[in-house]
Amino acid sequence: MLHYILFFLFAAIALGGALNLLFQRHPINSALSLILVMMSLAVLYLLLGAEFVAAVQILVYAGAIMVLFVFVIMLLNAGEEERSRTSRVAYLAGVPGALAVLGLLLYSVFAHNSNFGSVQLGTYLVSTGALGGLLFRDFLLPFEITSVLILIAIMGAVVLGRRDS
Amino acid sequence: MQNDVIAFLIAAIVKIALMLFIILTACAYIVWLERKVIGHIQNRWGPTRVGPFGLLQPAADGLKFILKEDVIPDNVYRTLYVAAPIISLAVSLVSICIIPFGDSITVFGYTTPLQITGIANSSGMAVDINIGLLIILAVTSVGVYGIALAGWSSNSKYALLGSLRASAQLMSYELALGLSLVGVLMLSGSLSLRQIVEHQQGGLWHWNLFNGGWQIVAFFIYLMAAYAETNRIPFDLPEAETELVAGYHTEYSSMKFAMFFVAEYANMVTVGCLATLLFFGGWNSPFGDLLPAFGGPLVQALIPVLWFALKVFFFIFLYIWIRGTLPRFRYDQLMSFGWKFLLPLAIANIVITGFAMALLHQ
Repeated sequence: MLHYILFFLFAAIALGGALNLLFQRHPINSALSLILVMMSLAVLYLLLGAEFVAAVQILVYAGAIMVLFVFVIMLLNAGEEERSRTSRVAYLAGVPGALAVLGLLLYSVFAHNSNFGSVQLGTYLVSTGALGGLLFRDFLLPFEITSVLILIAIMGAVVLGRRDS
Repeated sequence: MQNDVIAFLIAAIVKIALMLFIILTACAYIVWLERKVIGHIQNRWGPTRVGPFGLLQPAADGLKFILKEDVIPDNVYRTLYVAAPIISLAVSLVSICIIPFGDSITVFGYTTPLQITGIANSSGMAVDINIGLLIILAVTSVGVYGIALAGWSSNSKYALLGSLRASAQLMSYELALGLSLVGVLMLSGSLSLRQIVEHQQGGLWHWNLFNGGWQIVAFFIYLMAAYAETNRIPFDLPEAETELVAGYHTEYSSMKFAMFFVAEYANMVTVGCLATLLFFGGWNSPFGDLLPAFGGPLVQALIPVLWFALKVFFFIFLYIWIRGTLPRFRYDQLMSFGWKFLLPLAIANIVITGFAMALLHQ
């Protein structure tokens, strides 16, 4: 019972934040809505028993990546967006396309109707030690490759951000 | 509702009210302590007029903050301007909710751990959050928003510059802070604060600082990173009066400024609590089991809290002592110190600790 209340509450907050992000005119409001989405996602992870992932979601996403977004908005002094005229083609082809994708997603979700609500709060609990064991024993190669990828990204950022001397 | 649920709710409300009162009073009197200690370091008295030894000075300050005119400048971004000090203060107080102050205490026949987020399981043992340490780090990361949004919403150049510098400093030193704690995590094998403290039982020699793990380097990295996180000297350039007027809280007056102030001192208390939990053995007495148990069970449950408070007091005194003694870093010195010195040193500490653990396990 509590599981359903928590799930629907925080799913609604996540959806509301995402919609607010789209409809706000000032970018800082959009950034703050995205922070709200990240935090509700962390609660949803917690409901599934992934406590480490939930904490790291807040630590990394809400606490570092979104701070970067807010920095950029503050530094570039981005103001409110103005309403501009959208193209007619985008309107005629985009809306039915988006509705088609939504319909496909809904169908694929409801085709597995019988599995809804099967994971209750407390069914699973992934301890950090178990996660570490999995990451460093069974999935060691993908882990190392991901670290190399991140290193390449950092080096690319440093090269791009360097002043031409 | 059943009796258990009602008892749990009452215990939780009492603990929260007690903690709020203690922390807010402690923050007020840490200000008094700071003014007295820095005064004596600088060969002057500090507050002496208001009450004996100036002890009523925080009450006078509190009254001043409440009665001052609350000025909201014209072109500020109102919602965030009001929300920023709320975020700062809320984040500081949430960190303190997770900190355990001792083992369980039994009052009126009800056993509850001395921690707001702890519950007693069926056999009376105190059970903690599995990821307590990670939650404190996550909550500290979110605290950056209080500073960033305060400076930006003030619509003032000095405030914006100060808040950007402060946020960049906070984010840089969060890395060193987190990595310096990994050594302690490896030794205790758990992120739960209670289990980290239980690993250090047995007296002074078993603390993580000494034979428990020799985490001396990690301790100093943690201390320096925490000083940068709380924006205290020698890392307080964002707040320095000679630099940026007053940094991110330039445009704030009366109660909102007081909230930033209390948030800063509450962060200091949290840092002190974390340092004692992780490196100084938490609430374990330094004499181990040498002292005979005296008094009833209530006294025995409260003596660890006394030890904990003494250790936290030492850290707060250290904060104030360093403030009175050291000059502040320039901003580029500060950033290069965090990235080029503390971060590699913290990683080296992890490597050496892991290596030593692997060798000694053979």
